Amino acid sequence: MTTIAAPRRLRPASIALWAIVIAVGTFALAAIAMSRGESINALWFIVAAICIYAVGYRFYSAFLAAKVLALDSTRATPAERFSDGRDFVPTNRWVVFGHHFAAIAGPGPLIGPTLAAQFGYLPGTIWILIGAVLGGCVQDFVALFCSIRRDGRSLGQMARDELGPIGGAVALIGVFAIMIILIAVLGLVVVNAMRNSPWATSTVAATIPIALLVGLYMRHLRPGRVLEATAIGVALLLFAVVGGGWIDDHATIGPWFDYGAPALALMIIVYGFAAAVLPVWLLLAPRDYLSTFMKIGTIVALAIAIVILNPEVKMPAVTQFIDGTGPIFGGNVFPFVFITIACGAISGFHSLIASGTTPKLLANERDARFIGYGGMAMESFVAIMAMVAACVLDPGVYFAINSPAGVVGAQAADAVATISSWGYPVTVEQMSALATEMGEETLFARTGGAPSLAVGMASIFSSAFGESLLDVWYHFAIMFEALFILTTLDAGTRVARFMLQDMIGNIVPAMGRTSWYPSVLLCSGLVVAAWGYFLYFGTIDPLGGINSLWPLFGISNQMLAAIALCVATTVLVKSGKVRFVWVTAVPLAWLVTITTTAAWQKLFSPDLRLGFLSHANDLAAQLASGSLTGAAAEQAPRLIFNDRLDAALTMFFLVTVWVIVIETTRICHASLSGRRCPPSAESPHIPSRLVEDWVRD
Amino acid sequence: MISVWRRFWSIVRELTGDDAYERYLTHWQEHHAGDGAPLERAAFFREEQGRKWEGVRRCC
Repeated sequence: MTTIAAPRRLRPASIALWAIVIAVGTFALAAIAMSRGESINALWFIVAAICIYAVGYRFYSAFLAAKVLALDSTRATPAERFSDGRDFVPTNRWVVFGHHFAAIAGPGPLIGPTLAAQFGYLPGTIWILIGAVLGGCVQDFVALFCSIRRDGRSLGQMARDELGPIGGAVALIGVFAIMIILIAVLGLVVVNAMRNSPWATSTVAATIPIALLVGLYMRHLRPGRVLEATAIGVALLLFAVVGGGWIDDHATIGPWFDYGAPALALMIIVYGFAAAVLPVWLLLAPRDYLSTFMKIGTIVALAIAIVILNPEVKMPAVTQFIDGTGPIFGGNVFPFVFITIACGAISGFHSLIASGTTPKLLANERDARFIGYGGMAMESFVAIMAMVAACVLDPGVYFAINSPAGVVGAQAADAVATISSWGYPVTVEQMSALATEMGEETLFARTGGAPSLAVGMASIFSSAFGESLLDVWYHFAIMFEALFILTTLDAGTRVARFMLQDMIGNIVPAMGRTSWYPSVLLCSGLVVAAWGYFLYFGTIDPLGGINSLWPLFGISNQMLAAIALCVATTVLVKSGKVRFVWVTAVPLAWLVTITTTAAWQKLFSPDLRLGFLSHANDLAAQLASGSLTGAAAEQAPRLIFNDRLDAALTMFFLVTVWVIVIETTRICHASLSGRRCPPSAESPHIPSRLVEDWVRD
Repeated sequence: MISVWRRFWSIVRELTGDDAYERYLTHWQEHHAGDGAPLERAAFFREEQGRKWEGVRRCC
């Protein structure tokens, strides 16, 4: 017998309740959208978001679960069928939710909205809400479902099974490329947060010995006592935040931690290599425990602080920069708000987690809705909070922190004059007073999103939990961001190394042995060199590397989401669900539209801050005419090469998306017209023994 | 109240992997009780941590 998770019939009380939720949500959203006054209370954002996620979860995900995917609670999950006590373990749904959320929540949803606030709060907020409910949550849910029905297989394997070898190969190379760009851009964010700041640099540096200590404790002193070790580590981290303040004030030790961006980039590169070749128990695993605790703790604290404090959002709903002239990154609101928000609305990367560890833990197929759809709704809520934290700053301050010197001018007086002329008044005194309060030398041109998010978080935290500690809160926020960015950097380098070893291993079998040291060193070196290259050039780019790297990251991330949705669409078609195919096909069509438009503009736009090729040609022309002098002339050839490399990469992403889309269309068409195509790889129905269902057999 | 706290604490321990060894022992008793002896605590963690990081574990 098969019972399908059918939606329960609504009772009058629950109809009334949901009517209220819908009314409140609509009202809050209208308040956000219509506000053209001085400021608007952040509580409206929180209320609108919670109502929209609740309605999306209650109705849309129920529809997906019952009609589209037909979740079947009597069907044994991979966790039950292959239960081995290690990878495949039937686990409590709340625990799986916790693991899944900790895995998907990274720095992306914090940084993307912070940068996208240059368009005003409205475009980004609307996309975070709509994109998540109709796109991102659906992608995570469907990817998780597909993997559960395929013995917990990974996205790459599913692409190969469902789309054939071309689709599989393209997906694999795509994942590798996104990994490299992701690590480079995250590295750049950390570098910009530590630049010429002994406090931030010493605190972030201290996280390394603290992680080593926690690693040794868990390995040798008290094996496996995770909670004890983490508690000690967290206490030490908090001490390091305060201690960084003393180092900053100290006349001799302070300068030891004072470095410019290129030097810091080289240190991150060396660190990344060390982290990739050291055993995981020593650095990666303990750092991950610490960062997960910090991440969840800080996100919860931020939510509480925003609710207690109800800060005023000072950013206008829409700025003039929707026309593409924004200082933080070039490009029109369409498509760049979607590309910039990326992870907060739809994140392709999640499909790797949803087809990685999570499907091997679900005890019941029905939980896929709560974990897949619900997990992403929660992540999207983090993005809303980041948007609030960016928008509580005075717009003038926000632009002064986030605009690169190459756009607004390197001198403080020039920068404030430019920014004030846009209609966002800010003064040099205001900025230096803020920098002093935050314990920093300067806050001008601290691009990358982390410093402005930290200023926003510090002002929210200090008003909610203690006014006098602004500088400590600021560096706490920086440490918190750096901690899990570095975890992503370590973990990403490692995964990219495994993938590279696997690829090279097809040609030279010895290289495929993941524990053979020459192969480990060579492949780690290649991976680190690849992202290190983009990171280093990001730090010397006069326009600020974020301007070129973040859109590349966004495009690659959305491309990965398109690959996941292609697999999902093919699965729906093959399993006879053609009438529901719009569920994944519409978000897919949208992603293909925005990635193609964005990639095309990054390639061919005549706007120098947008088009890679026009920027390269412009620099080449300036170099040829001799109008560049000194360091600018010296750097120009490298910048030109870098632009062309970025262009080649963008072209690669563009081609990748279209190859996958064409393959998907071909396979779906073949399946519908009864021609030969790879059959659906769904594993057979085996009844679950975990559900109480005595009429089963 | 105490039972609520116990329940919460057991979820926290399971979430963090603090009770991984206890769960391993239970699994071992149920499925492999016949063959040899279970791993020691330290050996179990040595083996687990290396394996855990072979795939994509963390996102952007």
